Amino acid sequence: MDDPHGRRMGAAIHEVTAANARRGARSSLAWAPFLTVGALLLPIAAGFLGTLLPAFGYLPALGGAHFNLSPWRALVAYPGFATSVVTTLCIGIATSLLAVAVAVGFCAFASGRPRVARWLGARGGWLSPLLSTPHSAIAIGFAFLVAPSGWIARGVSPWLTGWTLPPDIATVGDATGWTLVLGLLLKEVPFLVLMIIVALHQVPVERSLAIARSLGYRRSHAWLKVVLPQIHPQLRLPIYAVIAFSLSVVDVALILGPANPPTLSVLAVRWFTDADIQSYFPAAAGAILQTLLVISVIALWFGAERCAAWAGRNWIARGDRRGLLAPAAGFAAALACGMFALAALATIAMGIWSFAAQWRFPDAWPQAWSLATWSRHLPELLAPFVNTMAIGVCATAIALVLVAACLENESRRHVRAGNAALWTLYVPLLIPQVAFLFGAQVLLVRLDFDGTFAAVVWAHLVFVLPYLFLVLAEPWRALDPRFARTAAGLGASRTRAFFRVKLPILSRPIAAACAIAFAVSVGQYLATLFAGNGRVPTLTTEAVTLAAGADRRVIGIYAFAQSTLPLLAYVAAAGLPAILFRNRRGITT
Amino acid sequence: MSGSLRLESVRIAIGAGTLIASLDLDVAPGECVTLMGPSGCGKSTLLAYISGALDPAFRATGRILIGSVDITALPPEARQVGILFQDDLLFPHMSVAGNLAFALPAVVRDRAVRRAHIEQALAEADLAGFGERDPATLSGGQRARVALMRTLLAGPKALLLDEPFNKLDIALRGEFRRFVFEHVARRELPMLLVTHDEADALEGGRVIRLTELC
Repeated sequence: MDDPHGRRMGAAIHEVTAANARRGARSSLAWAPFLTVGALLLPIAAGFLGTLLPAFGYLPALGGAHFNLSPWRALVAYPGFATSVVTTLCIGIATSLLAVAVAVGFCAFASGRPRVARWLGARGGWLSPLLSTPHSAIAIGFAFLVAPSGWIARGVSPWLTGWTLPPDIATVGDATGWTLVLGLLLKEVPFLVLMIIVALHQVPVERSLAIARSLGYRRSHAWLKVVLPQIHPQLRLPIYAVIAFSLSVVDVALILGPANPPTLSVLAVRWFTDADIQSYFPAAAGAILQTLLVISVIALWFGAERCAAWAGRNWIARGDRRGLLAPAAGFAAALACGMFALAALATIAMGIWSFAAQWRFPDAWPQAWSLATWSRHLPELLAPFVNTMAIGVCATAIALVLVAACLENESRRHVRAGNAALWTLYVPLLIPQVAFLFGAQVLLVRLDFDGTFAAVVWAHLVFVLPYLFLVLAEPWRALDPRFARTAAGLGASRTRAFFRVKLPILSRPIAAACAIAFAVSVGQYLATLFAGNGRVPTLTTEAVTLAAGADRRVIGIYAFAQSTLPLLAYVAAAGLPAILFRNRRGITT
Repeated sequence: MSGSLRLESVRIAIGAGTLIASLDLDVAPGECVTLMGPSGCGKSTLLAYISGALDPAFRATGRILIGSVDITALPPEARQVGILFQDDLLFPHMSVAGNLAFALPAVVRDRAVRRAHIEQALAEADLAGFGERDPATLSGGQRARVALMRTLLAGPKALLLDEPFNKLDIALRGEFRRFVFEHVARRELPMLLVTHDEADALEGGRVIRLTELC
């Protein structure tokens, strides 16, 4: 220790770290949170304003020079208005309630069952393909299953039902909206299950359950009373996002929902895209009403949550160990598994249709297989495919740079984004898309920016960024800060420590987050349609458009391509770090 | 009041290795047997086996009895075996009284009677009036006492202690140790204590070193 060289080196290290600490005070990444929040909120705020003003008659470009209530009068005067609102509310509330009940029941059932837990994996394991498939692709596949001439009817015909022709019953697009509710559940249940799994990381689940069981509570019963209340705060925003989505979804409602009258969002979209530009005014009013519905239902849910918490506390204090809770959780778990199976079947059904040469009604399988549909449509598939890829990769890359800069800024300044930041991230998931995308489109037209590739990427970024942040934040914050300090101690600059130490260690969660972000981008329908002004077709916009009535084999091709692309991203995300670090068992976080 | 806790030729193995070769043990009501040994020798695994929470990676054979009741095949919730970990694991979403009420069996139905039971437990823990407090606002010693009262309120037939004094500082340790032994002795429960600190064992009580068995 006495040699002068060593001492000099020690002094040098000291200087480097001191310089780093000084730089920390005015971090070179201080711009990151502002830019990120701006990129998110600016288009939403501008777009919302661009919808709010025409809702009250103000849009000079279309001759609306004065504020008035005529858009609302036109909206209310629409023949199916009341039905549309009631259907929208019923569908949204039923979907949210069922999704929460089934997801919670499933997790209560799965808790403490090591085999199920292993199956689910730390971050959702086998749920990933389900989560990656776009909503519209699942909806198209589900329509294939439940249509009067669909796979389910074929499976039981003619031996059970006697049907030799498709029965004359309305399943897809039924007026009550049950098909839509079920179709939405296929995606919302896995989403909530994943959110619960993530939340469980922050609670001592195993030991809490061990205590409760030693006190005489059955497994699922104990989970509901002891674990669920602890993770509930983290589930609140995801549940609100499910409520908002179920109330205001457009693409799935176009495919599975009632047609006349449609749900409110679909009605608004129909008017927004009407040839008669005067329909823009009632459309804007409809979009604003849609926002009010979302706010009201979330407020209602918040109130119900409070009541349930109060009742729950009393119920817990009664010390009851019996009851139907455990069987109910088992039932919910069975439902959840049924839904996972339906979703898988839906995906397979699309693939099969795309390879069918001929498939007459009561047959369970195609009479003949062929590649003809694929070879005929492959050329026209190319442009949407390239667009989807390019938009997804760009949006994901930009989002990754912003999110990594924000998180690195956090760890350098030893602060952590608070609740306000979390709500900001959820804004795009809580405000109905119809309420700001149209306004944003008007703005884009004004700037002569509509229909450009960049505009679509930005629109996607608004939805991609929150997911990327939410997925990446937890592993990033969990990274031992001493890695960076050790690197600094070895003389590495912060930039070097970031690129050479932090990024490689975090490669696995980064890759996984990017796959999710890419999947979110692939699934965007409305954002693509409006920012692209219909001029930037993607697999999703084409699939949804075709779903209205094209040949099933052709729809099958688009839906199949649409759901395969995100899946490939997942496979790449799982494989790439594994190949890069094949000799490093420590890279697992 | 209750029977003894008996282990009959208990053997626990994982993979090709054997953790506990063959253990016979009889813990009389009111007795405290201390299991000692270095970490990794299977102390906590044995407790997990007795409470019914053994990881399926382990293979265990043998019988566990309380009095004349064979509880080996029962699920954890039916065993009536209370357990206390080194973390108090008070449920953070419930008040102190809520934690105790959660443990109190529902057979006690009347609200006033339930409250009386909880008040009494709080008084015994020297925490009268703390019922509505958030567990997070209690000191470590107070939380440990609530955790013990919670375990006892469920009316267990036997008690397992998994290094429960470990996280407390030296001064609190002795105090809480006395508190535990006093309350368990009063209820005449068989008690099995796992520790690696000689001082934790009950004075004059039986001590079993698991290294001898491994």
